[in-house]
Amino acid sequence: MPMFNKNEILDTIRMIDQQHLDVRTITMGISLLDCCDPDAGAACRKIYDKITRSAQDLVRTGEDIEAEFGIPIVNKRISVTPMALVAGASDTEDYLPFAQAMDEAARTVGVNFIGGFSALVQKGMTPADRRLIAAIPQALAQTQVVCSSVNVGSTKAGINMDAVALMGRTVKETAQLTADRGGFGCAKLVIFCNAVEDNPFMAGAFHGVGEGDRVINVGVSGPGVVHHALQAVKGQSFDVVAETVKKTAFRVTRMGQLVAQEASRRLGVPFGIVDLSLAPTPAVGDSVARILEEMGLETCGTHGTTAALALLNDAVKKGGVMASSSVGGLSGAFIPVSEDEGMIAAAQSGTLCLDKLEAMTCVCSVGLDMIAVPGDTPAETIAAIIADEAAIGMVNAKTTAARLIPAPGKQVGDRVEFGGLLGSAPVMPVHREGSAAFIARGGRIPAPLQSLKN
Amino acid sequence: MRAIVTVIGKDTVGIIAAVCALLSQHQVNVLDISQTVLQEYFTMIMLVDAKESDLPFADLAELLKQEGEARGLSIRMQREDIFNAMHRI
Repeated sequence: MPMFNKNEILDTIRMIDQQHLDVRTITMGISLLDCCDPDAGAACRKIYDKITRSAQDLVRTGEDIEAEFGIPIVNKRISVTPMALVAGASDTEDYLPFAQAMDEAARTVGVNFIGGFSALVQKGMTPADRRLIAAIPQALAQTQVVCSSVNVGSTKAGINMDAVALMGRTVKETAQLTADRGGFGCAKLVIFCNAVEDNPFMAGAFHGVGEGDRVINVGVSGPGVVHHALQAVKGQSFDVVAETVKKTAFRVTRMGQLVAQEASRRLGVPFGIVDLSLAPTPAVGDSVARILEEMGLETCGTHGTTAALALLNDAVKKGGVMASSSVGGLSGAFIPVSEDEGMIAAAQSGTLCLDKLEAMTCVCSVGLDMIAVPGDTPAETIAAIIADEAAIGMVNAKTTAARLIPAPGKQVGDRVEFGGLLGSAPVMPVHREGSAAFIARGGRIPAPLQSLKN
Repeated sequence: MRAIVTVIGKDTVGIIAAVCALLSQHQVNVLDISQTVLQEYFTMIMLVDAKESDLPFADLAELLKQEGEARGLSIRMQREDIFNAMHRI
């Protein structure tokens, strides 16, 4: 009797080798609240120093764990306190230097993204929030690895429609300033409703004020592994499908938990959460859309897609929750169009449209993600899409987000290439009928009732 | 530190000898070994103890990987914990 189980070992190796099993990200959250300073230059120096001091060993530790466990750890990243809270203490109108300080620090320690050029404005905007939002287009155009997010609504506060209108214009301006790269800046900008404080995934990661000084959060992945497992139960009932997804999610999450604990121990930084998201990549065999199709849909986006996604999203959580001591972040299946080979194909064939994607976001994490729309889409239409998405999050007490790219000079049928994990996005049609008068109203959409739920 | 060494690829003469020689050079003790050959396709799994090894774990894993590449095989060494975590409660 051998001291190990051969099939289990070969299973794991196949998952890594052929089914794209990986740890998607180890993200270190760092509080910058102690970097506030009336002098903006001094604040930026404190920010740079604290980030580089805190995360100096992050990348090397990630690589060491990768080598010892033989499990790819794709990204090492940093999230920081929403910058509007830190920069607000400084006597300056211009918040661009704060983004530049984040960028320099991130590149010094070698991470590939840093999130937290953010503002939380679900109920109202402080002067600091306004200055931060005003700086977003330049910040995303002039820095390389800084990601930005703005929370415009919540179940408790309602939706700040002034902020929604402002973000519609901000998205357009960001696209214009990065027109030479297909509007790439917008790929680093997320507009949330019910944003979470411990999300390790970009572009929406920030380190919430309820968090400790530093924390390690880990995001797992594994659409390819789930897809492969479902291929073995073709034609069987949904009870079997759900069980299969749960078992697979359990294994994937246990691996994530092990990596998270190991990273936490080696870095001497408390472990925060494991985020149980199915995060696709543009690689063939690593697609969420293909999982839905494996359940029996001819093309993702056709009738039945929402139900299939609801089952998938729920089963991933049920399987993952038991495998980790602490689950958090976004935890759900992602449906970013440009980052998912099956979604790209479904969008190009015309089966997957914006309206269907919106319906799908009612039952999964996280929202209208990485969707390219025509470059001449008005700011008010972008804002109205953001408002729709925020309304879904607000009413269903879940996180929703919009990451839209109005690709400058592009029309429906064109394609925008972002490269790497961000993939390439087919430009999708939006409704041409205007929403300008709706957006011009401003004010707030009140928080919804939490009872009488129908 | 216990680890699992897996060797996968086309069967040739001397695979086990080469891997074991490399492991013994670096004071890695083999605790258990299992191998199968299916249609010329060779799979070997070894449980080893690397706590006395003169090399850091990552370097040893890299050395084995290179040895495998030279022979057209996939050789990897991974900490045992990853397999236990994924398959045992």
